[in-house]
Amino acid sequence: MAQLNREEEWAAQMRAAIDGDEVAYRRLLESLSQSLRAATRRGFAQAGAALNDVEDVVQETLLALHLKRHTWNSDQPLGPWVRAIARHKLIDALRRRGRRIEVPIDAVLDFLAAEEPLDSELDRKDAARLVDGLRGRQQIIVRAISIEGQSIREVAERLDMNEGAVRVALHRGLKALAAEHQKGHEE
Amino acid sequence: MKTEELISAMAADAKSTEMPIARTLWLAVAAGTILAAILFFVEVGPRPDLMGALASPRFLFKCALTLMLLVSAMGLVRHLARPGSVPIGWVVALAAVPAVLGVGVVTEMLSIPSSVWDNRIFGMNWRVCMWLIPLLSAAPLVAVIIALRHGAPTHPILSGAAAGLLSAGIGATLYATHCQSDSPLFVAVWYVAATLIVTLVGAILGARLLRW
Repeated sequence: MAQLNREEEWAAQMRAAIDGDEVAYRRLLESLSQSLRAATRRGFAQAGAALNDVEDVVQETLLALHLKRHTWNSDQPLGPWVRAIARHKLIDALRRRGRRIEVPIDAVLDFLAAEEPLDSELDRKDAARLVDGLRGRQQIIVRAISIEGQSIREVAERLDMNEGAVRVALHRGLKALAAEHQKGHEE
Repeated sequence: MKTEELISAMAADAKSTEMPIARTLWLAVAAGTILAAILFFVEVGPRPDLMGALASPRFLFKCALTLMLLVSAMGLVRHLARPGSVPIGWVVALAAVPAVLGVGVVTEMLSIPSSVWDNRIFGMNWRVCMWLIPLLSAAPLVAVIIALRHGAPTHPILSGAAAGLLSAGIGATLYATHCQSDSPLFVAVWYVAATLIVTLVGAILGARLLRW
């Protein structure tokens, strides 16, 4: 029941986000990241994979949800869509770590009920390295908005760009970040 | 970068939504079909007795079959592009295509003497069929694969194969209006073979291009 309510709330937040509501979108992503963290940790533990790069997979999955949100049909519930993407990314992550997928992944992903706040400083060297891999402007802009917490307008003023151009660079930067996640694994 | 920091960047990017995937796929199918139709009308063209053929049940059966393939594969592709979407109805519709063809084949075998089966199987131009259907399917296949890259297919090979079936449906429907071999026996061998080639190419492209 709580699960159902939460998924309805998620769907409402996602609809608001698609209409441009950044506050609702941030709340949605925070809530999703907690559920994803719990599920990924559980999936890794069951497959016997080391837990130190769970956060890397959480970030990759969040990026996928963000960049693929136009594939959600807003007439449909959000839960199955999130679960399918999370499952795709989790299986992918475990395969890359050389784990045979024997655990019933679907049971792990019934997760979306559990929550796991970030409780320790996990290894985020990979993620930092990925941002370093972005090109010039994209890196400056992604860094300013994420790590330094600046707004689009502040960044635009600082770099003497118009806001539209900053938005485009930010979006491309996030796409590049997702691509780096993929590339990093293929090496 | 911490996860909260990444979330800040994504929240700031909230307004960057792309076109809904269903619309992207429709545009791709429209563009691919137009390109294939131009190629068809410039280089091949419909058979001269097309009007008369409209009265032939065999011709109509052939066209209905290629259209069934086109429509059911399109339904399947639309679902495969969206994670968590269950396309069971379209899988059944797609499976009905070979079943209907099978009924057509049996009906044909019962209605003509076995001495002419060979003749009907090879028809007038099976070689043309074998290269024209893949050729006419090429532009739709490229367009649909590009559109699927904007989607989120969690089964890349299957999605590529479905894109191949959809493209073969478009190519075969165009070709069917040119081809003067209407027997279900001809369709069951050569149309099916050409469709399988396009499907295989789609699956290979899917494996290489649809991972994310």
